[in-house]
Amino acid sequence: MTTQQSHNAGPSHKSVEAGVTTVIGLFGAIVVYGSVKAGINWGAEGPKAGFFPFYIGLFIIISSLINLWNTLREDDGNLFAEWGQLRQVFSVVIPTGIYVGVLPFIGLYVSSMIFIAWFMRWLGKYDWPIIAAISLGMPIVTYLIFERWFLVPLPKGPLEDLLGL
Amino acid sequence: MEEIANLFQGFAVALQPFNIAVMVLGIVLGVIIGVLPGLGGANGVAILLPLTFSMPPTSAIIMLSCIYWGALFGGAITSILFNIPGEPWSVATTFDGYPMAQQGKAAESLTAAFTSSFVGALFAVIMITLVAPLVAGFALRFGPAEKFAVYFLAFCSFVGLSKEPPFKTIAAMMIGFALAAVGLDSITGQLRLTFGSTELLNGFDFLIAVIGLFGLGEIFLTMEEGLRFQGGKAKIDLRVVLRTWMSLPQYWMTSLRSCIIGCWMGVTPAGATPASFMSYGIAKRVSKNGHNFGKGEIEGVIAPETAAHAAGTAALLPMLSLGVPGSPTAAVLLGGLLIWGLQPGPMLFVEQKEFVWGLIASMYLGNLVGLIIVLTCVPIFAAILRVPFSIIAPLILVLCAIGAYSVHNSTFDVVMMLVFGIIGYALKKCNYPLAPLVLAIVLGDKAEEAFRQSLLGSQGSLGIFFSNTLVSSIMILGLIALFWSVIQNGFTRLRTRAAAA
Repeated sequence: MTTQQSHNAGPSHKSVEAGVTTVIGLFGAIVVYGSVKAGINWGAEGPKAGFFPFYIGLFIIISSLINLWNTLREDDGNLFAEWGQLRQVFSVVIPTGIYVGVLPFIGLYVSSMIFIAWFMRWLGKYDWPIIAAISLGMPIVTYLIFERWFLVPLPKGPLEDLLGL
Repeated sequence: MEEIANLFQGFAVALQPFNIAVMVLGIVLGVIIGVLPGLGGANGVAILLPLTFSMPPTSAIIMLSCIYWGALFGGAITSILFNIPGEPWSVATTFDGYPMAQQGKAAESLTAAFTSSFVGALFAVIMITLVAPLVAGFALRFGPAEKFAVYFLAFCSFVGLSKEPPFKTIAAMMIGFALAAVGLDSITGQLRLTFGSTELLNGFDFLIAVIGLFGLGEIFLTMEEGLRFQGGKAKIDLRVVLRTWMSLPQYWMTSLRSCIIGCWMGVTPAGATPASFMSYGIAKRVSKNGHNFGKGEIEGVIAPETAAHAAGTAALLPMLSLGVPGSPTAAVLLGGLLIWGLQPGPMLFVEQKEFVWGLIASMYLGNLVGLIIVLTCVPIFAAILRVPFSIIAPLILVLCAIGAYSVHNSTFDVVMMLVFGIIGYALKKCNYPLAPLVLAIVLGDKAEEAFRQSLLGSQGSLGIFFSNTLVSSIMILGLIALFWSVIQNGFTRLRTRAAAA
């Protein structure tokens, strides 16, 4: 499925997996720390709030250590992904991040229009008429289905206030 | 027979015009969800769940479960026509379905797949009709220790039966439990693991996790491949359908075996995906056409499709009767029950008869409606796949954001969805299974409550889980499931040693 045979470089699977496993282990440590703060022994009405998550945290740490050991022991020399592939992934992750970030301020409809238009122009190289049709059409259909028919309110921004919707 | 009477009452509920309408709508949406990459059964149902908030619970569950049936049907379309499994459980269908399509037998292959799906589902629904009330009646006697033992069994089966390394399954599961623990502790009313953040007061909602992990994560994965669809055309006419149907009865043995495998794997939370692989593998070994498998053998389509659909349907049995979902999608449906104010578990059969039997009746009807819709509308659904990914992807991302927002009307949830999406991408790439993580978020609070209540009763002694025959046999089953691969290895080693001696 590789599109560019010439760029066969990228982070190794082993190092990324070791990183992910370490992060999971750290997460376990945070859970253990938080549970200890909440109390892990028995109180007046039985086990305290941190009792159960404390052991869950321990399990996470122990299984991460085993996973880490397994990861470091065997090296299959595989790539996690090629740089080109990762770039494609990030070309979606970053705009989605911006979309999610501005959504509370300008509302769902306007941000969705910009997001869809950007995506189609940048990654799909479509002509503006098609882009306009889809990026305007989708929010309008969404408005009708969610707000009108199923009475589910969606976040709105200054533009909707101006239009009085 | 009280069950039969209840079932007929259920049919009366399911056959109301409004319910028929939501059934058709659900199936159509479900097939679209199944066909599109990045939109699976679980997160498709999660995104559309808010739409049902204003509906009566019975209509809501009918619509959502029909989305699920539709997604099960839809997965087969892309597998056969494009060699792209729309859903993980359709991967085994590509082995023989796609070669058949290349030989110009796409219509036969699709007909066989849809019909087998229907047969598998029907078998599982009949089993649910007969078994679910019994299991529920039995489970009414469960105390906290037995309840915890059932959760224990469910999670151990994940570790023992999944293809991923066991410690990765455990790690994924425990992450789910930890996320479920965040927020207000339901027993002591104390805050925990929030680290002073007000957003975390209510903990993590698993619907957000499902939409992020399965929806966004899947889109990110697809971006890596840079999918370009090479659209094929498909049309099914009635003559081909009838001819294929005539040829199907000779494979009754394969069908029956796949139904049983599917039901078994569906009830234990292993799910539809391993069921389809297992059924395909066994059919290949047993069938007299086994050497032809992989080159376009119709039996190689029947076996995985029957098993996947039977498993997908059977996953609702433990969800309805015990409150333990057998698959991520069943977990989302269970989350729906809670939102509509129903308490899943054995009491449903006593208190919400109309709801339960309406749902069961709708399973019969929904699958029949589904079969008719997919057989007649394949060209339309196939055409959806010819829409380029650069149009579909932003639309799906926007839909995910809408779904995540409308669960609690919170924009913070949309941010969490993106975080879960990135986590899902990383975990999936590193071979961590996501299903146990989601189930643990759903069941975490209940499992913990059962565990702590049992310990309260026994003054902290773990012996309570082995204190009577019922609870200890469930716990021992769980332990067997947990160490299943170790036991299996031991057996093969013993056998090879015996053979060598």
